Amino acid sequence: MSGVRVLVGTRKGAFILTSDEQREDWQVEGPLFAGHEMYHIKGSPVDPNRLYASQSSDWFGQIMQRSDDGGKTWETVGNEFCYDGVPGTHQWYDGTQHPWEFKRVWHLEPSLHDPDTVYAGVEDAALFKSTDGGQTWTELSGLRTHSSGHLWAPGAGGMCLHTILQDPGNPDRLFVAISAAGSFRTDDGGKTWHAINHGLVSPWELPDSDAEVGHCVHNLAMHPSRPDTVYMQKHWDVMRTDDAGANWYEISGNLPSDFGFPIAVHAHEPETVYVVPIKSDSEHFPPEGKLRVYRSRTGGNEWEPLTTGLPQANCYHNVLRDAMAVDSLESCGIYFGTTGGQVYVSPDSGDTWKAIVSDLPRVMSVEVQTLS
Amino acid sequence: MIRVILPAHLRTLARVNDREVSIDGVAQPVTARTIVDALEATYPMLKGTIRDHRTKERRPMVRFFACEQDISHDPIDTPLPEEVASGKEPFWIVGAMSGG
Repeated sequence: MSGVRVLVGTRKGAFILTSDEQREDWQVEGPLFAGHEMYHIKGSPVDPNRLYASQSSDWFGQIMQRSDDGGKTWETVGNEFCYDGVPGTHQWYDGTQHPWEFKRVWHLEPSLHDPDTVYAGVEDAALFKSTDGGQTWTELSGLRTHSSGHLWAPGAGGMCLHTILQDPGNPDRLFVAISAAGSFRTDDGGKTWHAINHGLVSPWELPDSDAEVGHCVHNLAMHPSRPDTVYMQKHWDVMRTDDAGANWYEISGNLPSDFGFPIAVHAHEPETVYVVPIKSDSEHFPPEGKLRVYRSRTGGNEWEPLTTGLPQANCYHNVLRDAMAVDSLESCGIYFGTTGGQVYVSPDSGDTWKAIVSDLPRVMSVEVQTLS
Repeated sequence: MIRVILPAHLRTLARVNDREVSIDGVAQPVTARTIVDALEATYPMLKGTIRDHRTKERRPMVRFFACEQDISHDPIDTPLPEEVASGKEPFWIVGAMSGG
């Protein structure tokens, strides 16, 4: 019988939520790695029993965990993330140059082709790759040494590489996003990178509003059947490209706010997109205290609020960039977690919602595995 | 044999139940460096959690105590008191106090 396994990273540990395809009754396991910040947990698309987890602590640094049995047991794997060569400097908040310093792993992206291969997006921004199941990590340093690297700057959460997309038809093509640098693409497996930010405009954050880099991209999403179309939630603005990032155009349309963090695409409908509008960069909560997911079935511009089952008064939580995911069951499920500790599921593409759990620690990431 | 007291998160990571572990094979003279060397050899999963992998610098929010003294800022190769070197007193690895 098919079902789903939802991997939830929180400020104080990880949780695994499981259900059958009805997604009505849930089993909750956790906290795993109690007391630690779990930035991200994600399973291999090739082997769903292979999970990778990023465990972080201000005291004891970065720890990496791997499971080979779907999260029942875990082993500590390699946590040595050393920049290739002398890492140099990037722009600091005040415009001065600041040394590149490894802080933590924000995002893990297991390979579409090999369960032992996994990418890690880190703070300060860089991309690492492991081909031995996480035991050792090598920087794909062509990204960090991009000619614009000295102009990259930290967003409020740090200078993090938080999004990694793989082109299903081309293993040499990856997209990444960095706050606050922008989006980058490689077509040669990570050796060289192109800044792909043409069309992004950031008048409130940058002195040159359409600069090549410096944009605070919050999240990217792609449907695997259309790898040249990528959706973006930027600091402000929801954007779209249909030429693999060569040009972006705005699709914010009738959203009540085009500020937000996550963005997701329906598993079976490449033109159906989800965002969670947040009031502003200075007020990180839903407009009017109403928690609304917005869905576009037209690839953007025309958005409808999805509210059934979500709090429509006095809700002041945020939804972080890695805290939204979709399953691939016949009736596509949408999931998101809040900074207030709720994880919501919609088993019907967003029409209705229900809280799976309501009182977890601050949710930092949500991923879902569809199990057969 | 050297006695080492670990903070809770590192005990979990090392999969030990007792707050104190005993470490053999500590090189002489006994220093903070040689203790952490031996500790990491016994519990490889602790690598990178107490000190940097390459520079070997203590992490900023980790402190070392010995004989009721904070020795975090002593040179890493300073010989530790005989009480620690003989196993009479433990070497403390502590997560820095932070928060309310």
